[in-house]
Amino acid sequence: MFEQQLVNGFTLGLIYALIAVGYTMVYGVIELINFAHGEIYMLGAFLTLSCISMGLPLPLAVLLAMLATAAIGVLLDVVAYRPLREAPRLAALITAIGMSIFLQNLAMIIWGSRPLPFPRQALPAFFAEPALRFSEVTVTWMQIVIYVTALALMVGLNLVITKTRTGTAMRALAQNRTAAALMGINVNRVISFTFALGSGMGAVAGVMVSMYYNTMYPTMGYLAGVKAFAAAVLGGIGSVPGAMLGGVALGIAETLGAGYISSPYRDGVAYAVMILVIIFRPSGFLGRSMVEKA
Amino acid sequence: MLEVRDIHTFYGNIQALRGLSLRIEAGEIVTLIGANGAGKTTTLMSISGVTPPKQGSITFLGQEVSRLSTERIVSLGITQVPEGRMIFPRLTVKENLLMGGYLRRDKAGVRADEERVYELFPVLRERRAQMGGTLSGGEQQMLAIGRALLARPKLLLLDEPSLGLAPLVVENIFEIIQQINADGVTVLLVEQNAQMALQIAHRGYVLETGRLTLEGPAKDLLNDPKVRSAYLGLD
Ligand SMILES: Nc1ncnc2c1ncn2[C@@H]1O[C@H](COP(=O)(O)OP(=O)(O)OP(=O)(O)O)[C@@H](O)[C@H]1O
Ligand SMILES: [Mg+2]
Repeated sequence: MFEQQLVNGFTLGLIYALIAVGYTMVYGVIELINFAHGEIYMLGAFLTLSCISMGLPLPLAVLLAMLATAAIGVLLDVVAYRPLREAPRLAALITAIGMSIFLQNLAMIIWGSRPLPFPRQALPAFFAEPALRFSEVTVTWMQIVIYVTALALMVGLNLVITKTRTGTAMRALAQNRTAAALMGINVNRVISFTFALGSGMGAVAGVMVSMYYNTMYPTMGYLAGVKAFAAAVLGGIGSVPGAMLGGVALGIAETLGAGYISSPYRDGVAYAVMILVIIFRPSGFLGRSMVEKA
Repeated sequence: MLEVRDIHTFYGNIQALRGLSLRIEAGEIVTLIGANGAGKTTTLMSISGVTPPKQGSITFLGQEVSRLSTERIVSLGITQVPEGRMIFPRLTVKENLLMGGYLRRDKAGVRADEERVYELFPVLRERRAQMGGTLSGGEQQMLAIGRALLARPKLLLLDEPSLGLAPLVVENIFEIIQQINADGVTVLLVEQNAQMALQIAHRGYVLETGRLTLEGPAKDLLNDPKVRSAYLGLD
């Protein structure tokens, strides 16, 4: 059973990691915890659903949903956060909570408040079949697809951040905004790019979760958001590799917690992890200590 | 080349510049000296568009720039080496330099200028894969200057490049500033080290609480009794 829990936990963890990178990148560049990021993830699932119901094949539907949520993420920043860039941090934080509630309710108006199933007909039939089987452990094709997609996206994201001109500008901006501006970096454009990147990743996570659990609902972003945020804190907020590591660690911890302690405790694991990290290692796995940051 | 006319710059309600005017001709080294809090950094930040003046005008090569964004100003050819260096601590030396050339599209030119910076500061070549934050103070200052050169500026603004450096390193940095100027870059040098600054500058301005109080050829200022007692600690 343990091995099966690990496989399931790893699947969940990769999805958390995809959401967590969005939190951590935005925090890195504007020091804002974007509470509406969970809703971006939810919109990824619903927009994919809408694209499928218009007759588009799954890959194209996901791609369109990614682009649309990336645009929504950018819009969110431009409309809600940019005007508050010089305001006290609390103002932006409260605005983020407001945007989260707004987007949830918008989704309820568009798609209704009841859970919807993922359109099975859009999935290839073999998805539910086992791909690998070692004695007790099975890995389904869907899990394989989730692994490959999530890992490919994260490798790609790392390449963008470490190798490209805009990615380097993003890191420069996170380290010193004034200096970045003095280099001729268009600060707002790079921040928009960060939102687009994080939102696109979050959208894919939303699709994969709704596919994996065969359900989506407008408030699904809340808990997933909290957990991914906990993963980002666990990895060290602001660190992209940290968020990836934190996501996987949290997914596994949560699944094991549910399996070995009791399943109602599943969601409590994320909170427990977050509290323990804040008490014992506030900088997370890979974060810089606060002292160094000052 | 640069003409600043009667600028007033504020931080909220605090007025830092009160009608400052100065002029820089192409090819010059001009120095701006003044005590702590006089408004030297604010002057450079106003020119760079980071704290745009509320009133007054700044023209560069005949174009009004006081309402332009910082990146537009950089793209026109004004680059600043800010006070405290502000290098990117967790980017490598090479990445720091490349950020200096962020707006440039000529890859070959950027490569050549990177080489040129390594010739000016050989230590940066050795350290190019190292994180900027691990460099010594003097090396960071060299990196900050090198990074600015990657933008191929027409006008280079330097804010207290001697700050916190040992005398020998300061001398080295000042020699390089002269060399950069000899290569055709106009320089506006802000300094507390008035002695050294006036020795390499062609002209100088003295700033006191947001206003200019003296200006003239650097040699005259070096011999000015007021400057000698207030900024050179002499007489
Ligand atoms: N961000 C800020 N907010 C409020 N006031 C500021 C700010 N930055 C500078 N000031 C004020 O503006 C005035 C000029 O400051 P500025 O930094 O330009 O001086 P400076 O000549 O560069 O001094 P130093 O030699 O210490 O670097 C000072 O009175 C300072 O207190
Ligand atoms: Mg200063």
